Formats: sequence, C-alpha cells, structure tokens
Amino acid sequence: MKLTGAEIFVECLKREGVEIIFGYPGGAVLPMYDEIFKKNYFRHILVRHEQAALHAANGYARASGKCGVALVTSGPGATNAVTGLADSLADSIPTVCFSGQVPTHLIGNDAFQEADTVGITRSATKHNFLVKRVEDLALTIRQAFHIATTGRPGPVLVDIPKDVATASCEFRYPEQVEMRSYKPVTRGHQGQIRRAVKMMLAAKRPVFYTGGAINGARGSAELLTKLVRRLGFPITNTLMGLGGFPYDDEHFLGMLGMHGTYEANMAVSHCDLLIAIGARFDDRVTGKIEAFAPEAKVIHVDVDPSSISKNVHAHLPIVGDVKVVLGQMLEALDAARGEPNAEALKVWWHQINEWRERDCLHFEQDMDGPIKPQYVIKRLHELTRGEAIIATEVGQHQMWAAQHYGFRQPHRWLTSGGLGTMGYGFPAAIGAQIARPDATVIDIAGDASIQMNIQELSTAMQHKTPVIIAILNNSYMGMVRQWQEMFYESRYSHSYCDSLPDFVQLAEAYGGVGMRVERPGDVDAAIEKALANRDTFTVIDFIVTKEENVYPMVPAGAALNEMVLA
Amino acid sequence: MRHVITVLVENEFGVLTRIAGLFSARGYNIESLNVAPSSDPTMSRMTLVTRGDEHVIEQIKKQLNKLIPVIKTEDLTRQEHMEREMVLVKVQARDATRAEVLRMADVFRAKVVDVAEASYTLELTGKSKKLDAFLRMLAPLGIIEMTRTGPVGMRRGSEGFTVGD
Ligand SMILES: Cc1cc2nc3c(=O)[nH]c(=O)nc-3n(C[C@H](O)[C@H](O)[C@H](O)COP(=O)(O)OP(=O)(O)OC[C@H]3O[C@@H](n4cnc5c(N)ncnc54)[C@H](O)[C@@H]3O)c2cc1C
Ligand SMILES: Cc1ncc(C[n+]2csc(CCOP(=O)(O)OP(=O)(O)O)c2C)c(N)n1
Repeated sequence: MKLTGAEIFVECLKREGVEIIFGYPGGAVLPMYDEIFKKNYFRHILVRHEQAALHAANGYARASGKCGVALVTSGPGATNAVTGLADSLADSIPTVCFSGQVPTHLIGNDAFQEADTVGITRSATKHNFLVKRVEDLALTIRQAFHIATTGRPGPVLVDIPKDVATASCEFRYPEQVEMRSYKPVTRGHQGQIRRAVKMMLAAKRPVFYTGGAINGARGSAELLTKLVRRLGFPITNTLMGLGGFPYDDEHFLGMLGMHGTYEANMAVSHCDLLIAIGARFDDRVTGKIEAFAPEAKVIHVDVDPSSISKNVHAHLPIVGDVKVVLGQMLEALDAARGEPNAEALKVWWHQINEWRERDCLHFEQDMDGPIKPQYVIKRLHELTRGEAIIATEVGQHQMWAAQHYGFRQPHRWLTSGGLGTMGYGFPAAIGAQIARPDATVIDIAGDASIQMNIQELSTAMQHKTPVIIAILNNSYMGMVRQWQEMFYESRYSHSYCDSLPDFVQLAEAYGGVGMRVERPGDVDAAIEKALANRDTFTVIDFIVTKEENVYPMVPAGAALNEMVLA
Repeated sequence: MRHVITVLVENEFGVLTRIAGLFSARGYNIESLNVAPSSDPTMSRMTLVTRGDEHVIEQIKKQLNKLIPVIKTEDLTRQEHMEREMVLVKVQARDATRAEVLRMADVFRAKVVDVAEASYTLELTGKSKKLDAFLRMLAPLGIIEMTRTGPVGMRRGSEGFTVGD
C-alpha cells in the first residue's frame, strides 16, 4: 500500500504504541498535523512554547515509563526545542522529537524558516536524523524510538523535510530493528558480578550510592530495596535517584553531594566500599574529586561504558542495565552463601548514627513568624502522604524539595538535575499529569523560575490538568542570592525579582484557582483546597522568608567532609 | 602519548561531523583524521591520530564507541601495526638546486610527479617520521607548497578488522 510520508508518520507512531504527543504546529509540519487530525490515533497536547513540549514529553516519560514524543515545526520551532532536548540528554530521559524542515531542494538555501536543525541539535541529542527520502522514513522512526529507549536513554530528533512528508512510497513497517553499530549491553559480566558480591561480603564500611537509572529502569527499585535490606548496608541517592529507595527505611541516609545530608557525605567520605549503581559521579556529588571517597574501593554499574571511570576510577566496572545487574547480584548473593560482616557493620552503623544525630536538616517554624520554605515542603509531604508526583524548577526550592519531601516510591520525582533548567518543572508536571490523570502532581517552584514557562498555564487550562503550582516566593532568585551572599560579599547583583506579577490574579486570568498564603497557620488549608480542586490548575503563592539559605552546603570545589552546616 | 585509532563507521551522511564535533566539544586533541570508503561500500574506515594520557585515550575510545554510527574502534598503538602517510611537496628547483632536489628525492625514494621550469613536485609515502625528515631536508631548498594525508594504518598479520569480531 502506498502512503505519504505524513501517513507513514502517524502509522509508525501508532505501532510504537504512542498515545500522547506534545507539539506546536507550523508550515513545515502541516502535512503531519493534517494526518493527526484525520486519523485521530493519539492525543495531541498543544503547548504554548516548543521548549515546554520537550519538557512535558520528559515529564510524561518519567511518570509513565514510556518514550515521550514531541512535534515541532522547522526553524524557530526547532530552535525553541533545543533547551528541552539538551535537558533530556543531561538527565538521560527517553524522548523522540520530530521537527519539520524546508523541502529538500531548499535545504542550504537560507529558505524561509530554515535552520540547520540536525547541526544545531547534534550535541543536544543522543542521536539525530535528517530524512532525505520518504522510503527511509519508517525505518528511521523505528530506529529513533529504539535508540531513545534502550541503552542509556536519551533524546533523539528526526528532521522531516516537507516534501518527504508529502511524497509517497510503499509502506512496510520494519518489525525488527537491528543496528550493527548500536548494541547496548544489558547483562553484566558474570565473573564481575561474583567479584562484586565477594567485595560486598568482605566490606567493613560499605555504602550504596544510586542514581537516576533506578528511576528510569522500571522494576529496578524493588530489586535495589531487596538487595540493600538483605545486606543491611547504608544507602544514599543522588538528586536524580530520589525515590529509588524508600526515604523512611532505616538504611536510607538521604541525598549526598553539595546539598546532601551530613550523614550521607560523611559515610561516603569514610567508606571502604562504594557501590555505585546507575549514577555518574557528577561534580555536584563528588565535590573536590581527589578527596572523594578516598578510602574506598569502587564498584560501578552503568549501561554506558563512558560513565565508568570518567571522573572516579572504578576498581570493579560492570557494564549492564541496572535492573538486570541487580537481579544477577541477588542471585549471586544466594549462590555465594556468605553473610555480610555483621561485627564490622555494627561498628559502622554506630558511627553513622552518630553523624545522624547532627540532624542536619533541622529547622524551626515559628507559627507566629513568616513561613519557612522547608515548612511548606513538610506540609506538602504530610498532606499527600509522600505519594504525590513532585516536579521542581531550579533553585533553592528544588533543594528543599529534595531534602524535605521524602519519597517512598520511584518515578514520582521530576527535576532538572544535569542541565538545571529553570522553567522545566511546570511543563514537566503537565506531562506527568497527562500520563497519570488521577495522580496528585505538584510543581514546587520559585518566583523566578515559574516565569520561564508561565505561558503553560494556558496549556494546563485547555487540557484540564489539575497540576498544583506551589510557589515558594522569596522575591529573589534565591539560589543566586545565596551564592552572592556567601561568595560575593552580599552584593546582590540582579538577583532581586522586581516587578513580580500578582500570581493569584495571573492564575485567575488564565482560568485557574489562585491563592496567596502569608501565615504558617494557613498553609494546610490552602494545600487541602488545592488538592481538592480536580477541575483546574491551582497556583499557591507562598510568601516565605526572603533570605533563607540551603544547608548543608559543600562549597564548590571543597571536599564532601568540608560542608557548611548552617 | 600519541595514539593511532582506527574506526569503522556506517557510511552515512554526517558521520564525519559527529566525530569532529565530539573532539571539539570534549576538548580532545586531534592531530589528523583520514576518512575513505572501505572495501564494503556501506562502511567507511577512519584513521585518527590523537594525543593524551591513558585516562583521556580511554575516554576518547568510549566516546567514539558511544556515537551511534560507529561500528567498531581499535587502538593500533597497542598492537603490532604499520602506518603510512603520503606527502605531495612542490620544491623550488632552479639551475643550481635542480640536481640537489632530484638527489634528495632519490635518497628518500620519492617520486617526481610534476616537473616545471622552476620547480619539482615530489611524492613520498612512508612513516610520518620519514616524511618529517624528508621535509626538513627539502626546507633549505625552498618549499613552495606541501600537503600531507595524515597517516593510515592497520595491524600486522593476517587478521582483518571487520564487523564480525
Ligand atoms: C541547583 C542544583 C543543585 C544540585 N545539587 C545536587 C546535590 O547536592 N546532590 C546531587 O546528587 N545532585 C545534585 N544536583 C544534580 C546533579 O547536577 C546531577 O544531575 C546528579 O547528581 C546526577 O545524578 P546521577 O548521578 O544519578 O546521574 P543521572 O544523570 O541520573 O545519570 C544516570 C547514570 O546511570 C546510567 N544509566 C541510565 N540508565 C541506566 C540503566 N537502565 N542501567 C544502567 N545504567 C543506566 C547513565 O549512563 C548515567 O551514567 C544538583 C543540581 C542542581 C540544578
Ligand atoms: C534557564 C536558567 N537560567 C539561569 C539559571 C541560573 N539559576 C539557577 S537557580 C536561579 C534562581 C532561581 O530562582 P527562583 O526560581 O526564584 O528559585 P529560588 O532559588 O528562589 O528557590 C538561577 C537564576 C538556570 N538554572 N536556568
């Protein structure tokens, strides 16, 4: 059967199991939009800016476990998408973005709305394609989804010239994708697994350090929890890994790194075995690299060989998928029939519990004083029983959310870790709400970040996503202000948020519910009202203490055990 | 240390840019890069010369392998291998020096590929070091222009470098 490129596009997406796409139309993608209209195979979520389409696809992917899909037009549509692509690349989130392109005979001609999209997005994607012949389209789409969702997940862009979308050819869907140049390893080397288990059983001061991969690979969190409890070792998560292990389990030390807990950073600094699983030793985690886990042997499990021994030497590398490798470890542990060193662990836990007694995240809320940002997060946790899907923007509020929300389950934490993109959280929350219509989805935001994609209030309204936006309004770009206070003698150069809009009126102008909360005693009622509103989005403008700082903090370039506690 | 890395890639649009982009984006050093179709027309073979300590070279190899169209890489420096490079060099050759240029060509077993009134163009193939020496000897005679291919290489012995292994 002969189909046009645009028809092939929708047929292929249907066969990939795509149910939702986020997009914004324009001249070069009109053939695809016409097919979307005619066939109605999947739901299209119209955003208000292409960057938001990519963030929403990212949020959708994280919350659903499926590949996020976006569709944008040529030129400005594609360039607007770049930040969203780079964000998904940095955090390894599976997304496929389709972009329109000028007709092939005009490429290179400085045509209207032409951009060298493949050139511009090359380093912002895991891979990208320019489809030059309609005959190549089906296979390219198949490969795009395959590449995005396997190995180390990431964004893939497919650039489709308008004449390719309108030309026709015989359509045959490639059932199999076999790429001789791309074959990610999933199973860990059995000998390495046995050696790893041996090292674990011999360790005196072990720590698990797990990352974003546990939130990405469905089913891996259960295995991780089993392994950790079985061994009785302490565990810390990266920012990306939160939810990978229940926060209220006694083995959990909290997050490590720049704004990690005292106990997590001290444990890593003193451990003799560091078991890194799907984490990439980011500089926000290691601090001064020479002083990172100086006494430890390192086991590193990662599907991407280039992550291993990139920043910190791995004594025992294991290339493979976290879920598969965790399964292999559990089996090898059974087969080994040894037990962990109970004596040594007792001493180790004793030490860790001493560190814990510092209670480094402690804060006091004076019920007659101004609202502390941490208090709002605590109340959000309590009133949602730690089960909401939490998105964040970037800044202090993001760190407080990471420190104080307390995640019980995986796939409920959407934050821009690698790129640190202000404006990520709200569209990501919309994407997650589309994936999980019945869930409570909250974007914890700052007054500066929320303005970076505020136009998406219109998207939230149109698609009836009851996302809650909790603005921790300190009238500052708080994170920037904190650095200026600490490292630039409090010269607050351009970090004050002047001319803030009235967020309550703004919410109402877009058709949603807006509330302002200025007293600690009113926090709960506002949250409860927001949770009850399933008809529209809700914006809560929490007026919080202006110059609160995030602690603990490891100053950039310092060692983890040189953290500032308050 | 200097490393010679062979890379088999899918013969498709944009591969060269991906490789070059990788080196510039990650700040790796690239001394020379040679690309041409291989015996299988669906693949190209590259020879890449780079410098770095063990850690950097390890990352370069991993990053190359991570590029989707890269099929396979091999660090020739770790094996018994051969390397050859070619140079075309146009040298001034007037009355007094004409014979001297030819004598140099003879010593290095270079070929004369073009003769003009005031110049000879010579072609020499060999290890890069030999080419360096040749050019050094010619320099006093007056090099008008020169172009080198950068080395290509392969391992010694009867084993090939193919997709299969
Ligand atoms: C303001 C700000 C402050 C920050 N402060 C901190 C901080 O204090 N502490 C902190 O931890 N982070 C912090 N970050 C985040 C930090 O920048 C990094 O994003 C984060 O540490 C990376 O997390 P990760 O190591 O889990 O890696 P990810 O980016 O989640 O990468 C996952 C790793 O696992 C691998 N992988 C992926 N899928 C699989 C699979 N299925 N199987 C096997 N391997 C897989 C990947 O190859 C990669 O190496 C901060 C960010 C911001 C914006
Ligand atoms: C797109 C983008 N621009 C700039 C930055 C740098 N930056 C990091 S945090 C921050 C301030 C965020 O302020 P706000 O959203 O009010 O959050 P707060 O820190 O006050 O909680 C800025 C400007 C960034 N991360 N992203």
